[in-house]
Amino acid sequence: MSDEPEETPEAPGHSLWPVGFSIGIACILVGLVISWPAVVIGAVLTIVFGVLWIRDTARTHAPVHSAPAHELMGDTPSPGLAAAEEQHLETYGRAGFLTLATIGLGGVIGAAVVLPSLGFAVLPSFTGAGIETNEVDLGPLENFPEGAWVITSFIGNKAQGNVSKRTAYVRNNGLSATKEPSFTIIYSRCVHLGCPVAPNGPKFEEQAVTYKDVTLTPVQPAGFGCPCHGGAYDTEGNRTAGPPVRSLDRYAFSIVDGNLVLGKHFSVGTVEGTGAEARIQRYPVAYPGVHVDGISKWLYPLPVPGA
Amino acid sequence: MAKSARQAQIEQAALYPLDWVEERSGLVGYTKWMLFRNVPRDVNWMQTLGSATLTAFIVQAVTGVFLAMYYKPDPNSAYQSIQHITNDVTLGWLVRGMHKWGASLFIILMFLHMARTFLFGAYKYPRELNWIIGVLLLVMGMAEGFTGYLLPWDQTAYWATVVGININATAPIAGPFIAQFLQGGAQIGPDTLAKFYSFHMLVIPGGIMALIGLHMYLVVRLGVTSPPWSKVAAGRPRDVAPPDGYGEYREGLIREHEQEGKDS
Repeated sequence: MSDEPEETPEAPGHSLWPVGFSIGIACILVGLVISWPAVVIGAVLTIVFGVLWIRDTARTHAPVHSAPAHELMGDTPSPGLAAAEEQHLETYGRAGFLTLATIGLGGVIGAAVVLPSLGFAVLPSFTGAGIETNEVDLGPLENFPEGAWVITSFIGNKAQGNVSKRTAYVRNNGLSATKEPSFTIIYSRCVHLGCPVAPNGPKFEEQAVTYKDVTLTPVQPAGFGCPCHGGAYDTEGNRTAGPPVRSLDRYAFSIVDGNLVLGKHFSVGTVEGTGAEARIQRYPVAYPGVHVDGISKWLYPLPVPGA
Repeated sequence: MAKSARQAQIEQAALYPLDWVEERSGLVGYTKWMLFRNVPRDVNWMQTLGSATLTAFIVQAVTGVFLAMYYKPDPNSAYQSIQHITNDVTLGWLVRGMHKWGASLFIILMFLHMARTFLFGAYKYPRELNWIIGVLLLVMGMAEGFTGYLLPWDQTAYWATVVGININATAPIAGPFIAQFLQGGAQIGPDTLAKFYSFHMLVIPGGIMALIGLHMYLVVRLGVTSPPWSKVAAGRPRDVAPPDGYGEYREGLIREHEQEGKDS
């Protein structure tokens, strides 16, 4: 027994057309979800490569060794026919055709079932309702005295209810050098692995006020600390100790009808300066533990859609 | 000793259903072949750890199915439904306790079974593939632990899952995508619990059952290994010479070429 493939004339040569054909099918299926032009391109690819494949197959399966006419006329059978008879070789393999047809059809049916199901299982995480961020009204500015910290806890997404309960630490910095209102709004999740950081300092629960479903509790933090793995931050959210890889995330804000409104959540490299004069290195929101700056950011080159 | 006619009659009546099944399916013979197979004479109790792990898995599967009858994978009712199971449903405390403590037992037994296999050298030729399947089973067992831990939906469950998902997020390149897929959005939300529940009770157990099937098939096919101190330990030369006189047989295969020719 030799492992080398025998070069029988009946063995179809390795053809690349089926690859193009399947790419066309995949293109159609993806296009059905994404856009119609992709379906058209897929259909064209499928037809072109399908025709090429059929032509190729027909050529390799065509009766081989068609002997010259004078040999057929004469008494001596042609060497090719003799060989074919001797080995009982089929010029058109029915079993082979049926096998290929079963595998091919099964593959098409399987792909038609599996691909949309997989898309349904995976894609909503990156496109669905779970990724929407809403603006949150934290109530009138009187509740945020200048220079004081307030713990705000609120529902991030009304449709999701309590599971989207969030906490942010807010400090009114007064007016900046350009006479614009300034707030430091730090998101409570540790940028090590996402546990809730706590303000290190006295909380004044008895002075807490509520505005709609927002609770505002005055606090005097000397910094922030995480109970899970000991990450520690100063009041600007810069890491002072422990495993975190960047500064605490923040919220953008706007002021609407005298109310403080939370806007987009973003990640922070480091903060230089304090309060209204702070220079914040702002990055698109990243998962806890993910580097946003320095050489380590190249470990995470691809932006996550919807994050 | 000759049987009385009555004894023979009873025996025949008892065996009739088995014969009926055997004639139509061959299953009785196959079951006998699978159960009554040769094992080395010096096996010991350590080699029951695999069956113990299987038993622990079956306990998890059965109790899990029953817990699913009362559990509600919804953020607003999951915690209450667990309290209901524990406090109100008859024997609910027992079944939940079996599932909760059995989970730890399953993981511990998997590690002990793995240690036994390693220390006995039972992962060596021809059983490497079974070691690989076992490693996959270990990974899937751990995934069961991770996904099941969220389901009580209390503070411990929630924050442990936050940390677990974010550990996934720190993997280079693909990490954030894995994390986002696991929590079903930018944050842990209503879909996360249902997704973990689906993985915990459908996806991963299905995979585990399939792999256990393969694992057992290979155990039956290749036989049980002798301990390393045995005279017939895996890898040692065998007394039997191969029929063609070329090379030598090694210990480790219980069913070997002697089987050939007997069947046909």
